[in-house]
Amino acid sequence: MTTGRTEALLWLAQRASAAVLALCVVVHLATIMLAVRGGLSGAEILGRTRGSLAWALFYAVFVLAVAVHAPIGLRAIARETLGWRGVTLEAATGAVALALAWAGWRAVAGLVLA
Amino acid sequence: MSDLTLDVQVWRGDAAGGAFRRYAVPARERQTVLDVVTWIQRTIDPSLSYRFACRVGMCGTCAMTVNGKPRWTCRTLVGAVARAGRLVVAPLANLPVVKDLACDMAPFFDKWQRAEGRFRPAAAAPADFAVVPPESPKRRAADAGIECIGCAVCHAACDIVAWNKDYLGPAALNRAWTLVNDVRDGARAARLAAVAGDAGCHACHSLQSCREHCPKHINPTAGIAGLKRLSALAALKGEW
Ligand code: SF4
Ligand code: SF4
Ligand code: FES
Repeated sequence: MTTGRTEALLWLAQRASAAVLALCVVVHLATIMLAVRGGLSGAEILGRTRGSLAWALFYAVFVLAVAVHAPIGLRAIARETLGWRGVTLEAATGAVALALAWAGWRAVAGLVLA
Repeated sequence: MSDLTLDVQVWRGDAAGGAFRRYAVPARERQTVLDVVTWIQRTIDPSLSYRFACRVGMCGTCAMTVNGKPRWTCRTLVGAVARAGRLVVAPLANLPVVKDLACDMAPFFDKWQRAEGRFRPAAAAPADFAVVPPESPKRRAADAGIECIGCAVCHAACDIVAWNKDYLGPAALNRAWTLVNDVRDGARAARLAAVAGDAGCHACHSLQSCREHCPKHINPTAGIAGLKRLSALAALKGEW
């Protein structure tokens, strides 16, 4: 039963990434609310994040959780609404995950290494 | 329609198709929907086909769609569901129609088989009665789903069953959940493997239409969530 096993593990991955996302989104929103108090500027943001290992790790984990969580959800929607199944769907799901991770981590690198 | 007469539309036809036919039925105090259907069959048209057995909410054979919702008709009072004296009675959704209000239940119970919905004794014949403490967590979990009468009301109420005819559905999965919690059962791994997947517990959206409509107030969604947890653990441990 590889498909059952795959579904069970993907379900677990989506649950786990959802838990991480819940935490990340709270921290992210709280930071936004604190940061915009005195007006928001690119320089101010970069001042906080540049060279910061803590922010780099935080947003790297955030991106990872998104890259795990979103493709699994999209895969389920594609399967249910379009009836899309099989290797092409799995490949597309993997591609979305890689694209999200690449774009997200690139942005994190931009914030921290800039 | 006067207070004393019900305006009843009943779906008549077979697998090839059909249409609603209208009947005027005398209203009676504390009359059930099954009483109405029976009255039509006994007094107006003996060729009307429908199914019932116990008439007291035990056998699960009398379910139909009443004014758009799946219900057990023997325990549904007309007064509780009729709108301005009108009733629309159709066969249960999500199952093939045999004739009129009688559905073919085979696909429904086939799903119980596919979900390993049979008790499989754990070891060789036990020497004595198994002792299952009523307060143990597993017994309580099984208790929550054990009163299912197999009426297929939840199966008719589930959108995912309608979209994906292979989906095992709330009743079969609820059955699997009660067995997974039966300490005497020996087929746990096989059952978890049978219910995992996109035609099994992982297809459920947890919107609880099954729970909303179940006449026995069972919550199949909770059992399905339990199956998702247990199958994830089993997959992690490499149990299948
Ligand atoms: S909770 Fe799950 S089983 Fe129940 S009606 Fe919704 S999708 Fe179907
Ligand atoms: S779970 Fe409830 S609605 Fe579903 S078959 Fe059993 S008794 Fe009927
Ligand atoms: S006739 Fe048995 S449950 Fe309704």
